[in-house]
Amino acid sequence: MNKRRVVITGMGVVSPNGVGLDAFDRAIRKGKSGIRYSQRLEELNFACRIAGVPEVEGGEHEKYFDPRQLNDNIGYATIAALEAWQNAGLEIPDADAPADWDSGTIYGCGICGMETIATRVVPSINEGKVRRLGSRIVEQVMGSGVSACVAGILGLGNQVTSNSSACSTGTEAIVDAVYRIRAGLARRMLAGGSEGPSPYIWGGFDSMRVVLARKFNDQPEKGSRPMSASACGFVPGAGAGCLVLEDLEKALERGARIYGEITGVMVNCGGQRQGGSMTAPNPESVARCIRGAVDDAGIDPGAVDAINGHLTATYADPHEVQSWSRALERGPGDFPYINSTKSMIGHCLGAAGTIETIAAVLELQNGYLHPSINCEDLHPDIAPYEKSIVRQYMDFPEIKTIAKASFGFGDVNSCLVVTKPDEAKTA
Amino acid sequence: MDKQEIFEKFIELIREYVKEADRLESAEMGTEIIQDLKVNSARLVDIIIKVEDTFDIEIEDDDADKIKTIGDAVEIIDSKTRVTQ
Repeated sequence: MNKRRVVITGMGVVSPNGVGLDAFDRAIRKGKSGIRYSQRLEELNFACRIAGVPEVEGGEHEKYFDPRQLNDNIGYATIAALEAWQNAGLEIPDADAPADWDSGTIYGCGICGMETIATRVVPSINEGKVRRLGSRIVEQVMGSGVSACVAGILGLGNQVTSNSSACSTGTEAIVDAVYRIRAGLARRMLAGGSEGPSPYIWGGFDSMRVVLARKFNDQPEKGSRPMSASACGFVPGAGAGCLVLEDLEKALERGARIYGEITGVMVNCGGQRQGGSMTAPNPESVARCIRGAVDDAGIDPGAVDAINGHLTATYADPHEVQSWSRALERGPGDFPYINSTKSMIGHCLGAAGTIETIAAVLELQNGYLHPSINCEDLHPDIAPYEKSIVRQYMDFPEIKTIAKASFGFGDVNSCLVVTKPDEAKTA
Repeated sequence: MDKQEIFEKFIELIREYVKEADRLESAEMGTEIIQDLKVNSARLVDIIIKVEDTFDIEIEDDDADKIKTIGDAVEIIDSKTRVTQ
């Protein structure tokens, strides 16, 4: 049986270097950093005092929810979802309309409502003032708070859930949404990932010393250095990305614009074996995940034109590049182009996979590759791949296929292959 | 503070919880908060907290349970603010 084909018809993004699809597209083309100094992190004695936090101002979303009543995790997610929905040419339904049984969402987050827990739940309860928490705490700290808020505004009546797989969350949400549409269980799924900015989320990473960048507090925009010899850990980030995925036939029926087709997907786990652990990936599982997605797409590994890596700026970057090389059976001589969106926005944790997939899809749609900034000094183990590292903006009109992977604590992996739709399919 | 003032303050205080804000224009003492103003019943606890903060009073759960109409709320606020004055 032929599987149903799944296409991307809408996208929305809240990124540290640009809020909204157009601003984000302009920012990544220019290699614009969204990393800024954080006074709050300084006051709290963090070793890392820089972060990527989106600059959200009032907007159309305020018609649908009061951002002051919800934490940023849910706020960002909802802004991105509303943009994606409208970008797909869909109307935001009336509050009186019946539920939309054909549309659902898988919208995850990594550490979710931690800011609310830390600043409201714990202090109120410890002071014996549980009664004063009010009615809106549960919806902000429950793991599915993000998907629940989005579903309520859009009246989604299909599966509505939130996944969580650490830094793999966003890409995993897309994979799971693809599976649901392929299975014929939904016609349309919003796939999203979100994370709020919170020192209470970032503190555990800061305490791990080698994980967060701590040597570039005086040069925030230089701080996120994937693939660089002077990389010293990731820069924490926050934001949200959301994609509208649809059954190709249904998308064509309604004449939707098609950004790209998700032709291959894969998720797996290294089992914390063979060199894998809670915090480090089993290289065998990473290679299997990448190859699994390529095989699922039914393409030759040589057909991958570019890679949007996980590439966080930790010691794992050289291992990641080697895993891509092994999985695609392409050494330095014929390695695809590769870049890291995190070089500009830091590591947005649960949101990383979706924000970075949106970057990859914009590149595919518009025929370019964004610069991977701050890697003038390539890590020596990555240096053999130098001609594949996109350090300057480049036009790439012939790009047809891009791969995106994310890896997370727990030794979990996810990978996507996105293919440019040919004219015949989108006509 | 007379009851009319309490009424007016209460109307402003619940505005953010009322789904159809224009119904507030014709609200009276007998207007039911959940039925007529379409306030989500889960939000009543937030309204009580806001009333407590606004009027600097405490409302026991038993009293809160009795509030159905705007008038019920005004009566309780009136009695509590008299005690504290």
